[in-house]
Amino acid sequence: MTAPTEIGSLLRELAPQVAGRLVRRYGDFDNCEDAVQEALLSAAQQWPVDGVPDNPRGWLITVAARRLIEMMRSDAARRRRELTAALLEPPDGDAAAEDDTLTLLLLCCHPALTPPSQVALTLRAVGGLTTAEIARAYLVPEATIGQRISRAKQRIKASGAEFRLPPPAQRSQRIAAVLQVLYLIFNEGYTATSGPALLRVELTAEAIRLTRQLHALLPDDGEVAGLLALMLLTDARRPERTRPDGALIPLAEQDRTRWDKRAVDEGTTLIARTLAVGPVGPYQLQAAIAAVHAEAPSAEDTDWPQILGLFDLLNILAPGPMVTLNRIVAVAMVHGAQEGLRQLAATEDDAALTGHHRVNAVRGHLLEMVGDREAARAAYLIAARRTLSVPEQRYLEARAAALRPSPISG
Amino acid sequence: MKYLILIYTNPEARRLWERLPEAEQAAGLRAYAALNEDLVASGEMIVSESLADSSLARQVTVRDGQATTTDGPFAEVKEQLAGFYLVECDSIERATEIAARVPEAEAGVVEVRPVRTFSGLDM
Repeated sequence: MTAPTEIGSLLRELAPQVAGRLVRRYGDFDNCEDAVQEALLSAAQQWPVDGVPDNPRGWLITVAARRLIEMMRSDAARRRRELTAALLEPPDGDAAAEDDTLTLLLLCCHPALTPPSQVALTLRAVGGLTTAEIARAYLVPEATIGQRISRAKQRIKASGAEFRLPPPAQRSQRIAAVLQVLYLIFNEGYTATSGPALLRVELTAEAIRLTRQLHALLPDDGEVAGLLALMLLTDARRPERTRPDGALIPLAEQDRTRWDKRAVDEGTTLIARTLAVGPVGPYQLQAAIAAVHAEAPSAEDTDWPQILGLFDLLNILAPGPMVTLNRIVAVAMVHGAQEGLRQLAATEDDAALTGHHRVNAVRGHLLEMVGDREAARAAYLIAARRTLSVPEQRYLEARAAALRPSPISG
Repeated sequence: MKYLILIYTNPEARRLWERLPEAEQAAGLRAYAALNEDLVASGEMIVSESLADSSLARQVTVRDGQATTTDGPFAEVKEQLAGFYLVECDSIERATEIAARVPEAEAGVVEVRPVRTFSGLDM
């Protein structure tokens, strides 16, 4: 007998292949995707009892195709006559299974969709998750996710998108959209520290699995490799990221011996190999920064000049408010906190940073470095009030409390 | 991101509403129905409720382990919570756009509050 968790991973692996095969054969992405979802649900119920069939993929394709035909029949009686024998015959052959998965991924991340819709559709159609699992992972009602998915499919239909690889001229742009979606999934999983872990699908593991799959399809794409390395290196820190009570541990205070060494090694090797080939991109640079942190045995040993150099490049290739702020931290580590504060003051006109709690958190950190305890405390307290995250708020309040003037020290 | 959209009303806004011709009241209700439909269709709606009159409210305080309840209404409160939307959308800009479609925004006040989460990014 096969354990349900093993069956779960098998089903998730097969999901995009089955969906790809059906859509290629019958068109009608909307109904095909629903049919695959139902076939996956049937398998999840039957296989743990009856055992995994000899040809699991064939089983799923047959069941999904049958379901699709039932749907088409009930969908429109007038179309019944059009159902030919060819339609009743399940699609076969192994050709182009890889291409199908890539095509499916690109379709789910179609530019006509909003990011939450892209995420939901990708997790279901490519990730093979159920609507209920996605809803639990995002802590929203199942109906909301269901609605997002059906809305997304209508939009795809309305946009006239077809189940085929986009022309080469558009491909890199479309793959960039896929990477953005995978990055969003990873981040959601990485930042969510609450909730009953056993009931929630590990979104980080799911994002890594999908990115790994994409990397296998496109081994020469530097940014795909970069994103995979970034995820591995970031996820490696997870065991040391929070204390048992859920409090955040800042990077500088993490016990690096507790980082997942295998993930660090894999990520470091991958990014070193990728950077050597070029051209460089934002994900590769972020992975390289994470790798520099991972290479340092302790926070004090960090090669900050190298990190600053990487942030300078990132600032040119993909500028943004978080790059600006993190670069300033690196500036402070290389050129001193006064220089960091000077550059931070220069960002005051940056609309994207106005009122952002991170500006105050960084300011607090730099003021603490120059020894201005009272101003640092005030900055941490503003940041604590403005953050949307409870653990981050606790962390910032603790930093502020540590700076409270004590009657003993005078 | 989740946002709570709070709809406040005041006696003056209620009087205005009551004085509106029936057709305009119907238009207001249709605007709510359309907003709800759009939010459900876009997958942004989590839950929305309209609250019963504040005279039915109860205030609860616990002091030294003793719970005390007081019945409404609270005449001194000018702006009263009349209903809410809990939505999930991309940005506070989008949540603000939704809030601006709440008919009460024209007479009372509609407030948008981001929901605090139990997640945190790396320091």
